[in-house]
Amino acid sequence: MSSSTCSICHFWQSSIGKKIVVALTGAYLVFFLAGHLVGNMLIYQSSEAFNHYAEFLHTMLHGWGIWIFRIIMLVALVLHIIATIQLTAANRAARPRRYQREATMVAPRSSRMMIWSGLTVLVFFVFHILHYTVRVQSDLQVLADFKQNWAMTIAGFQNLLVVLFYILAMALLCSHLSHGVGSIFQTLGLRTKKTAKGIQLFSKAYSLIIFVGFISIPISVYFFGMGKKEMEATKAKVEAAVQAGLTELPEQDNAH
Amino acid sequence: MNLTLKVWRQKSVHDDGLIETYQAKDIPIEASFLEMLDIVNQRIIIDGGEPIHFDYDCREGICGQCSLTINGIPHSKERGVTACQLHMRKFKDGDTIWIEPFRAKAFPLQRDLMVDRSAFDRIIAAGGFIDVRTGSAQDANNLPVAKTRADSAMDAAACIGCGACVAACKNASAMLFVSAKAAHLNLLPQGAPEKDKRVLGMVRQMDAEGFGNCTNLYECEAVCPKEISTENIARLNRDYAVALAKEATV
Ligand code: HEM
Ligand code: SF4
Ligand code: FES
Repeated sequence: MSSSTCSICHFWQSSIGKKIVVALTGAYLVFFLAGHLVGNMLIYQSSEAFNHYAEFLHTMLHGWGIWIFRIIMLVALVLHIIATIQLTAANRAARPRRYQREATMVAPRSSRMMIWSGLTVLVFFVFHILHYTVRVQSDLQVLADFKQNWAMTIAGFQNLLVVLFYILAMALLCSHLSHGVGSIFQTLGLRTKKTAKGIQLFSKAYSLIIFVGFISIPISVYFFGMGKKEMEATKAKVEAAVQAGLTELPEQDNAH
Repeated sequence: MNLTLKVWRQKSVHDDGLIETYQAKDIPIEASFLEMLDIVNQRIIIDGGEPIHFDYDCREGICGQCSLTINGIPHSKERGVTACQLHMRKFKDGDTIWIEPFRAKAFPLQRDLMVDRSAFDRIIAAGGFIDVRTGSAQDANNLPVAKTRADSAMDAAACIGCGACVAACKNASAMLFVSAKAAHLNLLPQGAPEKDKRVLGMVRQMDAEGFGNCTNLYECEAVCPKEISTENIARLNRDYAVALAKEATV
């Protein structure tokens, strides 16, 4: 236990240190989700508002902004995943023989399946990025090339399987967060007897808002046909522009 | 009352162990849980068998020796009691009761329901004490302690070191015990000067013993016979981060 040749190693290798990494990276992801949700809500305002927002994200700090953000996001996610997998493995090893009769006093199911809700969210993440960021679907890519992010989003939700997977992933994310958000406070040493109830309430409220907020979009689009007409009109204009060899829609066509 | 017991029997660390079934007939309702086991053991001995081995000492809820997992919950689902303070009136005639040891890698099983909890002693030896000072005691009033602090320290000091928190934790984490033992000294002026050293020493020993990592499930708090608060765990997390930062920089 010599005074650290490498304090960061000490920190990472200790149980509490690694949990603090999970909490800080988790907190970053929690802030990100809140921001992402607020941005997404612009979809209900108008196609221009949404497209402007997308444009802003891609051009802030001369286009550096989004890359800085993406790199931090990737580092946080990777650290979160490595730490939680290592912690989960160590926790299993700490009780090699299970009880013949298992029982639980207070811990809700969501708190006991964090690794599974987390891994489902990870699979969803990969899918989501291929879907809307890399855009493996060529018709979505064309819409994005013409800066029609609103129409792209609506077009992406015309598939029932996509919508159902989205809802399932959000349900598990909600489960992950209903334990995770409150956990941040405890792990960082900010929870006391007096604040415990309030933190639990905040955690549940936050995860519920995230769940309802995010799923409201695919549900409105797929089940209530929101934006379908405008999306199809935009698509037709974009196709016409492609035929005409243009790389941008003519100005007035951006109007509602 | 008549009960069916499903009891973990295991001859030694190396043995595989299994659940055996016993009929506990005519148990007086006023018996304590351990007295019920005494009665069953007496009958096993009369029949020429090997009695069920289990730990106990005071039988009044203060020593922390009794260590039974009853129907999957250490010290049973009754809040704030040790197994020795549990009474048969909490059960119904005809019940089946599962009795298992405290399970954790860091608590190696010795025999039947007895486990070796000396990992806790080694954690205490790594910092859960105050270095002895020589000289005569000073006037107590020279050390003012706020009432709220004294209360928190006393609440933490109630821990009897039974290990139920580890046994109940889904991750076999010892955080409730360690945080209680650290807090009861750290919060008082006598313990404060060695706070950082204590926190680092105890947490490192805890990790070395092979306990799991806390995932904030609060099962420990729910089974703790002394109802130690998980507020202590939050405090330990904070103190550890601060102590580590200080170790690395000053
Ligand atoms: C948007 C994505 C995610 C968010 C917002 C998120 C958020 C959180 C938060 C806030 C915590 C609590 C930190 C603490 O204990 O103090 C946590 C814990 C955890 N996360 Fe995630 N997480 C995400 C993705 C993932 C992924 C992809 C995995 C897959 C391995 C994962 C696995 C875990 C596990 C196993 C825990 C520890 C559970 C515990 O300590 O109770 N998470 N997460
Ligand atoms: S914290 Fe409670 S359950 Fe854990 S050892 Fe102390 S008295 Fe027992
Ligand atoms: S035997 Fe002493 S606390 Fe139970």
